[in-house]
Amino acid sequence: MPLQTSSDIDARPIKLSCNGIWKIFGDGGAQLLKQTNNAPQENDLIERSLIAAVRDASIEVREGEIFIIMGLSGSGKSTMVRCLSRLIEPTAGEVLFEGQDLLKANPKELIQIRRHKMGMVFQHFALLPHLTVLGNVAFPLEIQGIKRREREDRALEVIELVGLKGRETYYPRELSGGQQQRVGIARSLAVEPDIWFLDEPFSALDPLIRREMQDEFLRLQKMLQKTIVFITHDFDEAIRLADHIAIMKDGAVIQIGTPEQLVLNPATEYVAEFTNGIPRAKVLSVGSVMEPVMEPGGNDYSGRVFADIRLEELGGDILHADKPFAVIDRNDQIIGQVTRDVVLEVLVGSSSQSDT
Amino acid sequence: MTSRFTSWQIAWGVALSLAVVGFFLKDIAPWAFKYPRDWVFPLRFWISDFVKWLLNDFDLGLFTFKEFTRAISWLIELPYIFVRSLLSDGFREGQGSNAIQVFPRVSWIAVILFVIMIGRYARDWKLAALASGCFTYLAVFGQWDSAMVTLSSIIIAVPLGVVGGIMIGVLGYRSATFKAMIMPVLDLMQTVPVFAYLVPILILFGFGPVSAMIATVIYAMPPMVRITLLALSQVPEEIVEFGRMAGCNTRQLLWKVLIPSAKPALMIGVNQVVMLSLNMVIIASMIGAGGLGFDVLNALKRLRIGEGIEAGLAITLLAIALDRLSQGLANRPPPEHGSEVKNFAGRHPFAIAALGFMSLTWLIGLVLPAFQTYPEGLELTTGTFWGDTVRWLNINYFDQIDGFKNAVLLNFMIPTKRFLLSLPWPVVVGLVAMLGLQLGGWRLALLCGGMAFVIATLGLWPKAMITVYLCGLSVIIAAAIGIPVGIMAALNERFHRVIQVVVDTLQTLPSFVYLMPIVMLFRVGDFSAFIAVIVYAIAPAIRYTDHGIRRVPPHLIEAATQMGCSPWQILWRVRLPIAMPEIMLGINQTIMMALSMLVITALVGTRDLGQEVYIALTKADSGRGLAAGMSVAFIAIIADRLINAWSAKRKAELGLD
Repeated sequence: MPLQTSSDIDARPIKLSCNGIWKIFGDGGAQLLKQTNNAPQENDLIERSLIAAVRDASIEVREGEIFIIMGLSGSGKSTMVRCLSRLIEPTAGEVLFEGQDLLKANPKELIQIRRHKMGMVFQHFALLPHLTVLGNVAFPLEIQGIKRREREDRALEVIELVGLKGRETYYPRELSGGQQQRVGIARSLAVEPDIWFLDEPFSALDPLIRREMQDEFLRLQKMLQKTIVFITHDFDEAIRLADHIAIMKDGAVIQIGTPEQLVLNPATEYVAEFTNGIPRAKVLSVGSVMEPVMEPGGNDYSGRVFADIRLEELGGDILHADKPFAVIDRNDQIIGQVTRDVVLEVLVGSSSQSDT
Repeated sequence: MTSRFTSWQIAWGVALSLAVVGFFLKDIAPWAFKYPRDWVFPLRFWISDFVKWLLNDFDLGLFTFKEFTRAISWLIELPYIFVRSLLSDGFREGQGSNAIQVFPRVSWIAVILFVIMIGRYARDWKLAALASGCFTYLAVFGQWDSAMVTLSSIIIAVPLGVVGGIMIGVLGYRSATFKAMIMPVLDLMQTVPVFAYLVPILILFGFGPVSAMIATVIYAMPPMVRITLLALSQVPEEIVEFGRMAGCNTRQLLWKVLIPSAKPALMIGVNQVVMLSLNMVIIASMIGAGGLGFDVLNALKRLRIGEGIEAGLAITLLAIALDRLSQGLANRPPPEHGSEVKNFAGRHPFAIAALGFMSLTWLIGLVLPAFQTYPEGLELTTGTFWGDTVRWLNINYFDQIDGFKNAVLLNFMIPTKRFLLSLPWPVVVGLVAMLGLQLGGWRLALLCGGMAFVIATLGLWPKAMITVYLCGLSVIIAAAIGIPVGIMAALNERFHRVIQVVVDTLQTLPSFVYLMPIVMLFRVGDFSAFIAVIVYAIAPAIRYTDHGIRRVPPHLIEAATQMGCSPWQILWRVRLPIAMPEIMLGINQTIMMALSMLVITALVGTRDLGQEVYIALTKADSGRGLAAGMSVAFIAIIADRLINAWSAKRKAELGLD
């Protein structure tokens, strides 16, 4: 459930962006990029036995949105997020965080930025085995040199926020996978970061727990309104959570858009392969299927629905209604109408979607 | 290929026939049989001159090198004397025999109570009972004083070895260049026999406990460096990334993230450092470390059988106690929630208990001296018993023992020795290089052939051949016994458990201990050395075979059973071929241990490179010692590289790993 319409988000300032990021593993990658003016051919790379994990990638993440980078294993998504946080040094390109070029920050500045403005959640939790839940969550604050009393008070708050109250004295190995990732989430939030990186945070969890954690994540985000870069290989997860999705393949970003845009207009066959399996009702908003209002003011409706909710959230009401529903924007203005037939078509059609 | 032979078989045929032809060239090319004196590369003299120059003329500007070594001595000696006074000598004032004891040493009861406490903390009451039992033996059998001297050396050497090892390991972890630099040094340090670097240390730091301590630290540190490198590289990448994302600086990342995460693995290294330190402290009694090793050495020299065995047993028990305690500490289960204690006494149980035991026993000791020092009247000795037993054996079974010894010597050992000594050295160098070429390619061939050639140029060829002969025969026998035992252990769970205990104990014992009973029965000479090396080096052959056979994937056994293989066929056609690479690694370890033991057996009069090192030690000739030591290391490295190359090749063929 997007918390805001995409047009809302597009109006916000950019928090984090990158331009023409390249990451080439192997010796001489930087030289090759210089020689070829940042456009090396496949042959050049193979000849020098170089591997380009990220190729000329550019994204923009706006304040308060959930930006998902989706790709299969080997697509370069993990390398990409590490370039954004500079855990890995990109070979070329720039990373702008709050207007500052992150790649130009010296080690001291970088440490300060990471201490106060960044949080990261890891696929395999990356909890410190020798510390309790409390110790783990308070760790980033300890690193900043905050006094024990103060940092533990703050840590307790976040632990409560993620629903682990009462487990403060447990050690990571005494917790289930889901609980461990809650600790990871609490830990990354303890410093109140401005940008929150999540690297496949739920991939190591069982499907049921994964779903539960996604809900939990959305609940937290509703409260905290963080700017988020979220990595996943699971397209369902991406659609469920994202405001914007960037799809990566072989190190390149091949399409960026809202879930709806991707499903309606996949840029390539590759993207279409992901979107084909997705039930339309899950991604299409009411606004995208509504019709213009025939007789302004005079029509009577069975009910009203917001334009930005997804069809799957409509519920059964519309299927039993004879008359259309009025579609309204967030200012209560009627901007269109939606009929049972249209909804049915999407719902039925979606289950038998095929390439043709 | 149409030929019945592979090209390698043909090549070997040609090479071996050339070698045979070579024998008839003795008159034409005598230099190939006896390396000419004039051609000897004068490395040993250069080293000796260099060490002399270091000591006498080298000036570092602000101070001389000599002053520098003195400063190091002083730094190590101070804490050592303190610990030794605390545990063994008591605190004294004044010089020599006029010294007055100002404060007594820690009472034996306090030490034993403290050991019980550590045992209980490390694992359970059983471990506490075992460890304190070992310490009680030391008190009851009158070994306390020496044992505490040995323990003092270990208490100082172990932290130095651990901290030094971790520091070097961390540097290697941070810098790939540094790692590439230290790896060959580590290889060399672990293969150069300890005696070889005892000599320069002796010259630089003088005869006494400090030299012994420095040698001990050098000897015990390489495994800690390796384990640190391994443990740090095994910390999950994500945890390191988390540390960086949390904004750790380099120091915080190391102390708050890397080392705590790697701690369980690092503790295994601590156990190794403890055991190697003990082994070395015993050997280092030759350069004045004193303690139990000195007692054994002394008994060995004067053939005081009973005393020697008692002191040897004391070393054994001390080794077992230290090994089990440090293993217990390393394997302690991780903490559980709610187990932290907040108050002062709860957080520092050991400091408080130690102080408590010490003051209590000291106070009681003022009234009852038995609390302070174990009463001499209650000391037991088994010395005469052991002496009598050996005498009885020697009187009643002299013919059998001697006959056995002579039969083996005359029919087996001496012919082998003669054969190896008669081989022309260029042929051997060539064959070694060819083996390297077949197993690992040009680089390996160059390395192995080159090292063998250097041994010849140092003028040490005959002694090296004697080393190869003693080591080779011992390894063959050790493998001939060890591999079947390992197979049986792998196939029979009960036997496995018995063997496990035996092998664990064998590996815990300092190498010195082995000499004692063997010399008693067979007296000095090649044969005693031969037996001692076999016993010392057999453990890895058993252990790796057992492990290798157990690791054969069960589905292969099932498949073979299903096809109707008999148990014997399963063993010969499935288990052994698949376990072979692992077994060969065990043999590799056996060779390494055999070589290190060989140097020690020089004490019982062999004429190999070990003797050369030992002579250098007694003459304080650092060049001679290091040249011979390096040759031993080269033999070890050649064997190691060849076997590893074979094993890696075979593993790749079998698709293991």
